Amino acid sequence: MSVGTLKTTALKDEHMRLGARMVPFGGWLMPVQYSGIVDEHQTVRHAIGMFDISHMGQFLVSGDGARDWLNAMLTNNLAKLEVRCGQYTFLLNETGGVIDDLIVYRIGEADFLLVVNASKIDEDLAWLERHRPDAIQLRNRSAEFGGIALQGPLAMEFFREWIGPEQMAPARNHIADFPFSSSTISLARTGYTGEDGFEVFFPTTVALEVWQSALKIGAQFGIKPCGLGARDTLRLEMCYPLNGSDLSPERNPLEAGLGFFVDLEKPKFIGREKLIETKRNGPSQRLVALRMNGKGPPPRPHYSIFQEGRRIGEITSGTLSPSLNIGIGMGYVSAASAKTGSVLEIEIRGQKFPAAIEKKPFYKKS
Amino acid sequence: MNVPEDLRYTESHEWIKREGENIRVGITDHAQAELTDVVFVELPKVGRAANTKEAIAVIESVKAASDIYAPVKGTIVEANIALEANPALINTDPYGEGWIFVLKLDQPDDLTNLKDAAAYRQQIG
Repeated sequence: MSVGTLKTTALKDEHMRLGARMVPFGGWLMPVQYSGIVDEHQTVRHAIGMFDISHMGQFLVSGDGARDWLNAMLTNNLAKLEVRCGQYTFLLNETGGVIDDLIVYRIGEADFLLVVNASKIDEDLAWLERHRPDAIQLRNRSAEFGGIALQGPLAMEFFREWIGPEQMAPARNHIADFPFSSSTISLARTGYTGEDGFEVFFPTTVALEVWQSALKIGAQFGIKPCGLGARDTLRLEMCYPLNGSDLSPERNPLEAGLGFFVDLEKPKFIGREKLIETKRNGPSQRLVALRMNGKGPPPRPHYSIFQEGRRIGEITSGTLSPSLNIGIGMGYVSAASAKTGSVLEIEIRGQKFPAAIEKKPFYKKS
Repeated sequence: MNVPEDLRYTESHEWIKREGENIRVGITDHAQAELTDVVFVELPKVGRAANTKEAIAVIESVKAASDIYAPVKGTIVEANIALEANPALINTDPYGEGWIFVLKLDQPDDLTNLKDAAAYRQQIG
C-alpha cells in the first residue's frame, strides 16, 4: 500500500511537528516513535506518556434490547456491567475464532460505546450489521471521533491539573464525561500498557486542542508523546494480546488463555458451542509467555519453537523487553508443553537459543 | 546527521575506514538513528571469508532485525566484542566505539566503487 492511500488522524500534522517517524499500521499512517521506543517506554513506566489512538474504531449501539443483543454478540457478560463502566470482551465467529477484541463501555442505560481495532473496523461493522435487529441502532462514529491514551504512574496527578482538583476521576474501568473547551470529552480509566491512566475520546474538532493542552499541562510531569513502538513493548510486557498477531479467526480466547473474559454461563453468544467443546476437551495449543535465557537475539513473530528437538509451535509476538532487558515473546505451543518453567528452544537464523515458559505477565509492578 | 569526510560509504549505510590493507566497518549515524535503540548485535566470526555485499552480521533494534553487509571481498580479522555486552555503542558512538568488524581486503584497490561523504550525503537527503 502506498503512503498516499493510508488514512491519517486529525493529529498527523502534530506528530510531524513533534518529529515523529510515521509508518503504515493497519491501513493508517501512524507515529511509531518520537524520542525512541525505549525512552518512551520508560516514560510510561515511570512518569506519563501520551498516545494518539484516533485510528481505533468507535461504534455506538443503542435502543431497546441493545444490551441483550450485544450480550449475544460478545463473550463477556454485559448483564454484569453497570452504567459508566467498561469491560474487555471478544467478538467471535461461529467457530469460536476471534474476529476482534475490544472494550465495550456502557455509557447509558441502553447506550454502549465499542472501541475496536483500527484494522478491523469494516469487518466488525459488517458482522454486527449482519446480525443487527431493526430495533437497535448501530452507528460508526470513527471518522468524527478521535482518542488519546494518557498512561503512567503520574496519571492521577496529571488528571488533577488537567481536569481540575475538584473533579472526581473515574475509577478503574469506569468512564466519565467532562466539559472541555467548546465540547465534551470522555475519560475512561483503561489502557493497554499495564500502568494507571486514561483513554480519552473526543470529537475530532477538538483533537488538536486536547492533545496540545495535555502536552502543556503534562510538561511538569515529564509527559512525552509516544508511538506504536512503545505501545507494543508495553503491552507485550503485560502479555496483552494484539489482534492479528496473538489472536486470529483460527484461534479462540480459551486457547489464548483469556477465558476470564468469556462467560460460558451465558445462555447464548456466537461461538459459545465451540468454546464449550474446547473447555471440555482442553485446547490442543495454548498461548504461552516465554523469556529467553540470557543475552541473545530477541524472539520475533514466526520464529519456530522447539522442545527436545521437536517443533511445538511458533512465536506470535516478540521483542526485547525494555523493562527487563531480555528477549520476551508469546507463542502458541502444544498444550502438553504449555507449563510454566518448561524449557524451550527458539530457532533464530538457523540457530537454536534457550528459553523458558513464564507465568504471565512478564512485568510486575514493584 | 554526521557524515565524516574521511570515510567511505555504501548504499546500505555502512561506513568504511581504511587502515593499511584492512578496513574498519560500522553503520552510519543516519542508519543508527533510523534503526533506533540497538539491542543485539550478531558479529561475524573472525577468520571467515566474505564476498562483496554478503550479509555477515545482524543488528537488532527493538522493532526489527537488519542485515549488515561486507562492503568488499575479504576476510574478517576482528569483530567488536564490546558490542555483545553493550550493543547501544552503535547508537551512542557509531563512528567510534560502535565499529562492528575489521576486514582484510583481498584486493587493496577495491574501495574505488564506494561512495565518498558527498555522495552519501546526497543519498540520505
